[in-house]
Amino acid sequence: MSSPTADTPATGTFVTDEALKRLKKRHAAEMRFKFYGRAAIGIAIIALVTLLVSIFGQASSAFSRYVLSYDLNIEASYVDPEGTRDPQAIERNVSGFNLMLQDQLADEFLSEDPSRNVQRELYGLFTRLAVLPIAHHTAQNMQTIGTEQVFNVALADDIDLYLKGGVTQRKSLDLSGLSRVSGSVESGVTLVLGTQEDAARLNEALTSLTRQDVEDSSAAALIQAGQTWFRMENAEGRTLQLTYLAGARTLPQADASVEALVLAQSQENRTVTDRQIAWTMILKEQGRIKSVLNTSLFTNSDSTYPELAGTAAAVVGSLLTMLVTALLAIPVGIFAAVYLEEFAPRNRLTSLIEVNINNLAAVPSIVFGLLGAAVFINFLGLPRSVPLVGGLVLGLLVLPTVIIASRAALTAVPPSIRTAALGVGASKTQSVFHHVLPLAAPGILTGSIIGMARALGETAPLLLIGMVAFVAEVPDGPMDESTVLPVLIYKWSTGAERAWEPQTAAAIIVLLVFLVLMNLIAIILRRRFERRW
Amino acid sequence: MDGNVEDFAETTTTIDRTQSGSAPIKVDCRHIDVFYDDKQAIHDISLEIEDRSVTAFIGPSGCGKSTFLRCINRMNDTIEAAKVTGEIFMDGANINDPSIDPVLLRSRVGMVFQKPNPFPKSIYDNIGYGPRIHGLASGKAEMDEIVEKSLRKAGLWEEVKDRLQAPGTSLSGGQQQRLCIARAIAVSPEVILMDEPCSALDPIATAKIEELIDELRERYCIVMVTHSMQQAARVSQKTAFFHLGKLIEYGDTEKIFTNPEHGRTQDYITGRFG
Amino acid sequence: MPDHIVTAFTDELEHLSANLLRMGGLAESMIMDASRAVATFDLELARDVIKRDRAIDELEVEAEKAIVRLIALRHPMATDLRAVLGAMKLAGDIERIGDLCKNIGKRCLELTGDENRAAVKGIERMSRAVSHQLQLALDCYLRQDIEAAKTVLDMDDDIDDHYTSLFRETLTYMMEDPRQIGSNTHLIFMAKNLERIGDHATNIAKAVYYMVTGETTTGAKIESRLAEDDHGEQR
Repeated sequence: MSSPTADTPATGTFVTDEALKRLKKRHAAEMRFKFYGRAAIGIAIIALVTLLVSIFGQASSAFSRYVLSYDLNIEASYVDPEGTRDPQAIERNVSGFNLMLQDQLADEFLSEDPSRNVQRELYGLFTRLAVLPIAHHTAQNMQTIGTEQVFNVALADDIDLYLKGGVTQRKSLDLSGLSRVSGSVESGVTLVLGTQEDAARLNEALTSLTRQDVEDSSAAALIQAGQTWFRMENAEGRTLQLTYLAGARTLPQADASVEALVLAQSQENRTVTDRQIAWTMILKEQGRIKSVLNTSLFTNSDSTYPELAGTAAAVVGSLLTMLVTALLAIPVGIFAAVYLEEFAPRNRLTSLIEVNINNLAAVPSIVFGLLGAAVFINFLGLPRSVPLVGGLVLGLLVLPTVIIASRAALTAVPPSIRTAALGVGASKTQSVFHHVLPLAAPGILTGSIIGMARALGETAPLLLIGMVAFVAEVPDGPMDESTVLPVLIYKWSTGAERAWEPQTAAAIIVLLVFLVLMNLIAIILRRRFERRW
Repeated sequence: MDGNVEDFAETTTTIDRTQSGSAPIKVDCRHIDVFYDDKQAIHDISLEIEDRSVTAFIGPSGCGKSTFLRCINRMNDTIEAAKVTGEIFMDGANINDPSIDPVLLRSRVGMVFQKPNPFPKSIYDNIGYGPRIHGLASGKAEMDEIVEKSLRKAGLWEEVKDRLQAPGTSLSGGQQQRLCIARAIAVSPEVILMDEPCSALDPIATAKIEELIDELRERYCIVMVTHSMQQAARVSQKTAFFHLGKLIEYGDTEKIFTNPEHGRTQDYITGRFG
Repeated sequence: MPDHIVTAFTDELEHLSANLLRMGGLAESMIMDASRAVATFDLELARDVIKRDRAIDELEVEAEKAIVRLIALRHPMATDLRAVLGAMKLAGDIERIGDLCKNIGKRCLELTGDENRAAVKGIERMSRAVSHQLQLALDCYLRQDIEAAKTVLDMDDDIDDHYTSLFRETLTYMMEDPRQIGSNTHLIFMAKNLERIGDHATNIAKAVYYMVTGETTTGAKIESRLAEDDHGEQR
């Protein structure tokens, strides 16, 4: 027997200087390691927070939208020109409703014989399809024909964006008043501002909003005097040359209030015209434009108009696809895992299969798309763009993941449970299904749900089997054309209009919520089934 | 002083007579060889195990005693690489015969393992599982009876009767092992195999298990593997010493522990191995 | 036989046996000294013998403690168990031998000094035989030799004969001269003591036989066993 202190010099105990030095080094290494760990976690948290903040920031404007609350006279001559009172015909008669809305707006806002350009600008306040809910509502409630109904009409995406502060930079000035007005609304108005100071402020705003680095860029100003909106053509000192845009067709009174709206870009350079802005401002002043929760994001299907586009079809499509995926991947995966882990003999063939399953998990997903297109669509002749095919492809994609996760869960079950079951005379199958599988269930469920979550986020293979098609209808079943959330996001992100941007972010949030829900289910199931052994 | 030696001799012989009388043979193993792949783990072991007694297998680690034990309920069948040859007769029938289903055999030959391994289910279900899969109980009342009887035999009834629905894993180590014994008893086996049943238990729990084994001896043929020679000496009537896959010595426990015939046995039990 | 894996176990066993041999040596010298004290009527030596018994008693207590320790801590098995049990017997026997020697010493103090020389010589002769027997018994313990044990058993008959003849002889002296009855009775008791010492030596040999073979037996059995061994080495 040798005592641990036998080799140390007689002068000291085992706490020698070298030992202390080494100890110090070890502590330092430990501190360093802890610091690296914290730094890594910090970076991860920062990345996550940045991602979430940017997505939610972008998406926030998509969750509310501005609508025009309009009291519409449902006139039979427009909506039911044949007088058949056939609800289906009425619902389909979108152009009739549209015409009715357009005419009633024109009556309110336009002069007797407006130019086509002005008409187009007015009709551009809302989208053609914004009347769809009106048509639907009228078809459902035939008695409303001939009465006045208040409807919320979705504003065009650009107007919506403008109201949310987009489209162009702007600045509002409250001017102190006017000293003199001359001219007429038809030929042009000359307005002299009340004070020199107002003119200076207006000029300063115009200069500050004009971007110096871009040619042809000059700020524009809209002037509201009393109930009338003008465009400022040019300004010389206090004297402004104005063109009538909208509002009361009379010259403002001498005591009318004057406000200026300075916009960073002239109307040639933006998607919303001066006149549309003027109308919007008037409607807003009248309190007929209000912000509502954008339920259409969840209830509508895809549309070419961002203000009408919603995720409903994609959500249902995703659900159907997931259903097919789950029905394929989970049972097949679990049974494959159980067989491989519990029953299969250990030989070259099974190890080959194991290696291949592990490799399959690493195959790029687009390869599965190619496979799906080749096998399910070309060979088996299944229709394109349907959740069935999408689900099958995704099912194959996540199958290796489910098998690997399930096998890991099965291996984690202590062998003593198996021998215990065998020891009381259970057959192999009984021991597996009565004891091993229930114990592995939480792990298998977690693995499966994580696999599902992966499938939910897959885009590439679905593009190849045509699920990128434009689908305006909520699919009825797995054999109906549909799209899925990630593909929808991909499509929206490529949309040209600015309004697609928040819409895309909103769709991403819907997808994230979906994923979080699935993970939540995974955690809850795990907690529920987890048992000590 | 003179008489003491004589007295000692007399007691020895009387004990010998009671133990090595004509106890019926329950399990008769003949020429058993076990191979793991190409490695031979058991070399031609022949052994007769008496009914209603405790037979202990001792020997250093890796000597094949557990492997041999597992031959008796064909647990080695579950290990792919293992191959068993030879004949094991239980009440005259060769259990290694292909016509005997190991599942049925295991209902006659119960097994208790080294580490208490109750199912992660309730105490009731732990006991009831065996009878249920073998169809031993036709109703709830009958099952209740089996559960109570098994727990009573295992000396656990008084401790758990108020919490039969509590998970089996919530019991202490010793109680868990007794639960496992009760579970083995529940299918009314004839032979109970125990593979180091006390190695994971504290001395008090061990003593309780040993006392239980001693009681069970009246009804069952018990074969146990143990690493503790003291335990073998305390509870068994017959002891078999294994070394390197061979049966070195088999005989009355008393003889093995006072005067073994074989030098290897002597060295092992006196702690001189090496 | 190889050493124990736990070397302290071997050490303790060896220490115990060394202790016993020391006791045995003391007892042997006490027999010789006691008989010499009788023969030379050396009262000083007799008192010395009486005193020396205490040393043996102390050694016996020590040996007993060591045995208890071994049983409690080492759980001896098989040969070790027999060695420990045998050691216990040995310790007891040797202690008794010590007591008997002390008794001879005490009786020596009661002698008058003018006893019959022949009887005294007989005592001396007998004591030589007994001491030789004890020496042989201790020797067979040391070498774990059952052949020697057999010789020890054989010697017992000799000693018994010695005792019988001494008894008869002394009896005739007592009848001749009744005044000597007292001291001659002491001589008879001394002879009886020596005979008992011989029995203890026999016990030691039997214990050695048990330690080696694990069989408890009588002298006759040992002989038959040895005879068997001579016939052929079946075992």
